[in-house]
Amino acid sequence: MSSLRSFLRLFFVGGLISYRALFNWLRPSIYIPTMLGAPIFQILFFTYLGRFRDLESDSWFVVGNAVQSCSMAAVYAGTMTIANERWMGTLSPLLASPANRAALFLGRSVPLIANGLFVSAVGLGVSSLLLDFHPAASSLPALGLVVAVSAGSCTGFGLLLGSIGLRARDVLFGANLAYFLMLLFCGVNVPLDALPAWMEAIGRALPLTHGIEAAREVAAGAALGEVAGLVWTEVGIAVAYGASAYFLFSYFERESRRRASLETM
Amino acid sequence: MKTLRLLALGWGLHFKMLSRSAFDGVLGVMWPLFFATIAFFMFRAGGGGATLLYAALGASVMGIWSATAVAASSALQRERWQGTLELLVAAPSHFSLVLLPITLAMATIGVYSMAATLLWGRFLFGIEIHLEHPLLFVLAVPVTVGSIGMLGFLLSVTVVRYRTAWALGNAFEYPVWLVCGFLVPLSLLPGWVRPISWALAPTWGIRAIREAALGGAPVADLAICAGLGACYAAAGILLVETVLRSARAHASLSLS
Repeated sequence: MSSLRSFLRLFFVGGLISYRALFNWLRPSIYIPTMLGAPIFQILFFTYLGRFRDLESDSWFVVGNAVQSCSMAAVYAGTMTIANERWMGTLSPLLASPANRAALFLGRSVPLIANGLFVSAVGLGVSSLLLDFHPAASSLPALGLVVAVSAGSCTGFGLLLGSIGLRARDVLFGANLAYFLMLLFCGVNVPLDALPAWMEAIGRALPLTHGIEAAREVAAGAALGEVAGLVWTEVGIAVAYGASAYFLFSYFERESRRRASLETM
Repeated sequence: MKTLRLLALGWGLHFKMLSRSAFDGVLGVMWPLFFATIAFFMFRAGGGGATLLYAALGASVMGIWSATAVAASSALQRERWQGTLELLVAAPSHFSLVLLPITLAMATIGVYSMAATLLWGRFLFGIEIHLEHPLLFVLAVPVTVGSIGMLGFLLSVTVVRYRTAWALGNAFEYPVWLVCGFLVPLSLLPGWVRPISWALAPTWGIRAIREAALGGAPVADLAICAGLGACYAAAGILLVETVLRSARAHASLSLS
């Protein structure tokens, strides 16, 4: 019982504290322009470009970019919440502690999913005021679920990058690169069938792709059951990236103890 | 002569430093390539009459603005972190002559991304780069780069007292891409946006570059672009004085 309580405490309280301490962009003066302002202008930019090219509807671009904006929080924050332990010199005490690694690791993902959900919701809300995007109120709960799942898979991906940060020097460079690759490969602004086959194949293995597809169908009026296949695929991708991140973290932890390379910058 | 030497040395020094930074150099070139690729796919998949060269030119100037906006907004913060801001302010040269080469070097990094975008479009997407007025095109590029550098200079001075200025630089990226008509014609935007577009030199720069490449009369656009760049420089120099006087009076140069 006490071990369960300790697990839960570490999961919730530890996750929240680490998010507050290690996510560099939490201050409103950074959070508002970066996490809210930039995604809103991204939505506007690509929606107007889509109108100019007569490519897809406003709704198609709004949903794609709003769901994609949850990846900004998830990928960057996921990377920061692990890699910053090293930069701030708190990694050694953390790994010397007997804390349950699964609770430590999974607890960090909850605030990131909530953050991603919030960022996407703001993007969708502002778009409904400025653009031709008016989803039915009944579709919002399903849309929220799809965005939460997408944020979860992006968080898994971000934690994987963060785990690499236990070894790599400049992991934020990698996070930037991954973020832009997702923008290109995941069918956010270019329909997947307009991409070369190899890009589409990579996109199908990345987080977001299936989530965006599901969200677009839900916003167009489909029931959650009709997009269950896409949502479960996104869940599977989230689990795969999350598990890979956990095992990589454990591996690098063991290796860095063995090679005394924990604090090597 | 001394002034020119200072500007040239400062530009060279900062250009070298930025070129060797993975974040400002490598990513600064790669970032616009991602957006250019998205734009090429969108232009190819969609309807309408604009050519891929239209997209390539717009995407290439987007790269110049990206390289400038983020780096310029954090230029003084960077000096502050490195502990060199006080030394630069205390130097006998006017501070704007120290700051100008930094933002010009940032805009020059953008020329890398411009060249990379055009070559990317040529070799991966088969975009023929046929220039209607080659000489005017060659003139339009440095004038646009210089004006964007001046806009970066004004931005860096304006946000000097703002602790998290780099975040503002990020936030300015998409809005300028949009309102300057790099890829989306201004006629598609709401009417109230146009006066904002007209006040921004990149709007005239991209128009001049496009008219030089695709056909048209770019000279007037070039003149407006250069004129606006000069206005930004003058405004920045005046603002530097005010900001530095205030920072000295409040002893807040390294605190803000």
